[in-house]
Amino acid sequence: MSQMMTATKPRRNIELLLLLLALVTGIGANMLVGLEADQPFNDDFFIQAGTLTGIVLAVHIVLRFRAKYADPVILPIVTALNGIGLAMIHRIDLATGQSAAASQLLWSAVAIIAAIAVLLVIKDHRILRRFTYISLAVSALLLVLPLVPGLGTQINGAQIWIMVAGYSFQPGEVAKITLAIFFAGYLSTNRDLILLAGKKVGPLQFPRVADLGPMLAAWLVSIGVLVFQRDLGSSVLYFGLFMAMIYVATSRVSWVLIGLGLTAVGGFVAMQLFSHVALRIDSWINAFDPEVYNRAPGGSGQIVQGLFGLASGGLTGTGLGQGRPDLVSYANSDMIIAAFGEELGLIGLSAIIMLYVLLVTRGFRAALGTRDGFGKLLATGLSFVIGLQCFVVIGGVTRLIPLTGLTTPFMSAGGSSLLANWIIIALLLLISDASRRPVARGPLPDDDLTAATQHPVAETSKQNSTNGAATEAVKKQ
Amino acid sequence: MSPEISELTITALRFGFLLLLWVLIFSIVTALRRDLAVGRRTRTGAPTARQARKHPEVAAPAPQSGRRPLRELVVIEGPLQGTTVELASSPILLGRAQESTLVLDDDYASGRHARLFPQGSRWFIEDLGSTNGTYLADTQLTRAAPVEPGVPVRIGKTVIELRP
Repeated sequence: MSQMMTATKPRRNIELLLLLLALVTGIGANMLVGLEADQPFNDDFFIQAGTLTGIVLAVHIVLRFRAKYADPVILPIVTALNGIGLAMIHRIDLATGQSAAASQLLWSAVAIIAAIAVLLVIKDHRILRRFTYISLAVSALLLVLPLVPGLGTQINGAQIWIMVAGYSFQPGEVAKITLAIFFAGYLSTNRDLILLAGKKVGPLQFPRVADLGPMLAAWLVSIGVLVFQRDLGSSVLYFGLFMAMIYVATSRVSWVLIGLGLTAVGGFVAMQLFSHVALRIDSWINAFDPEVYNRAPGGSGQIVQGLFGLASGGLTGTGLGQGRPDLVSYANSDMIIAAFGEELGLIGLSAIIMLYVLLVTRGFRAALGTRDGFGKLLATGLSFVIGLQCFVVIGGVTRLIPLTGLTTPFMSAGGSSLLANWIIIALLLLISDASRRPVARGPLPDDDLTAATQHPVAETSKQNSTNGAATEAVKKQ
Repeated sequence: MSPEISELTITALRFGFLLLLWVLIFSIVTALRRDLAVGRRTRTGAPTARQARKHPEVAAPAPQSGRRPLRELVVIEGPLQGTTVELASSPILLGRAQESTLVLDDDYASGRHARLFPQGSRWFIEDLGSTNGTYLADTQLTRAAPVEPGVPVRIGKTVIELRP
């Protein structure tokens, strides 16, 4: 990997330039919204612009010190998405009289500070491998929390929220990360076993029944989420994450086939047994039926109104602040993509999708470049989960697949989603730093012996070795 | 709408914003253009695991040198006796630290004790300032030295050697 042409330059200045452009985009969107509402440069505007600029530049400065070789485009992409999302939430606030933008700004600040904390505390992603089974336990805990009576709350039929001190939080969002860490740790350790054992049927090599255990466990978790929390979106997300990671770890198509088979079985049974799943499917297929459109719970009104919005946006959109995206329910969270389609048109919406595509490819690029199996799998899993989430949301809004209530990463109003996604970004930045950092090759210069290997853990391990040296000296005598 | 901002300005800003979004995307792609060479490299470079499995003949690139390439590192003495590590093209860190390639469970080894690295067709060993030193066939290392196959390298109580 070290022969790669780009591997040696930190490229932080390019990041700064792109970051400024991304900030101009986000703040410009907010300015347009303000102009339309006839209150362009009020206090809110400056607070929003100032806060976003300040904390994002803080991340940039931390990267200069901590992860000098991190990918230069990840942070600008995410900043642009977060900024445009804030502008749209502000715009919908103006139409509906809510105040979601202020809390979204607060959560963005919290999330970005959490990302900085991850960059400062973790330093090297390989440390996370030690927490493989702890993250499994944490994931289980996070998934069970919303079901605890008194703590969990049901909002819009889904039991995925907990209320703590007046704030609602969706622990399932964080479970995405812990599950990815567990799968990466488990698969990087047991990969060879899973890969070698098994029967060959035709061109496909099927795994042993014993090795199917984790897959069945992942499947049961997804089904459990679907049954007990009534959340189709997260259920698809967790199972998709596991399938992608095991496919990447083993490069066996048979796993994907088994997974798709299990999904089909689970989906069919769920459709027969649970009315909410059946209603979702019905309102997807027969969306334009007036009866389905007006049905009180589980009708297709939301999707169809979103489609009308997209249609009225056309190619160039109505312009920020000039459409009526507020007519759609949950316009600032689940349906924010429809709001963008209406006001920015196909050209603007494809730009947003392009930003997501670039973000996911940069995650995969970090996975390709990094040298340890755990990091490869973790980066793949984390970027895949962002990609899958976008697919499920945008596919649902555009009626390609049934609508499931998931948030659009970095854009939708929702603190837990922002927090989880910014932490994912911090981890991807760390992994991309490890992958682009040049490897030491050839004999080292004599004065540089202690700075021998490539990683920022150097400090801690230096301490280890000096401690070790002390005990060794004692042993020697 | 305030009187001083005309309809025309708003329309210009509206299209200006769409343009800005795409300018951002093209700047990002431009910043990445050198990195996109990775695709070309994969095609001409090392075959993927899948290609290797399907076409065994592309899997092992035949070495050009007359010397037989070293394939593995074997621990022949010490707590980890019998352990083998495959030699790839990346350097190997030996020591007690968790980030080492071969984590030595040896009280007499330092955290980051020594480093094995390939150069040309040979492997070299280099001591990383360890407390108890690294010995190549009973000589303490003072600088990086080439390791020939079958020559024992001693680190604390552990002895390793490289094999073809």
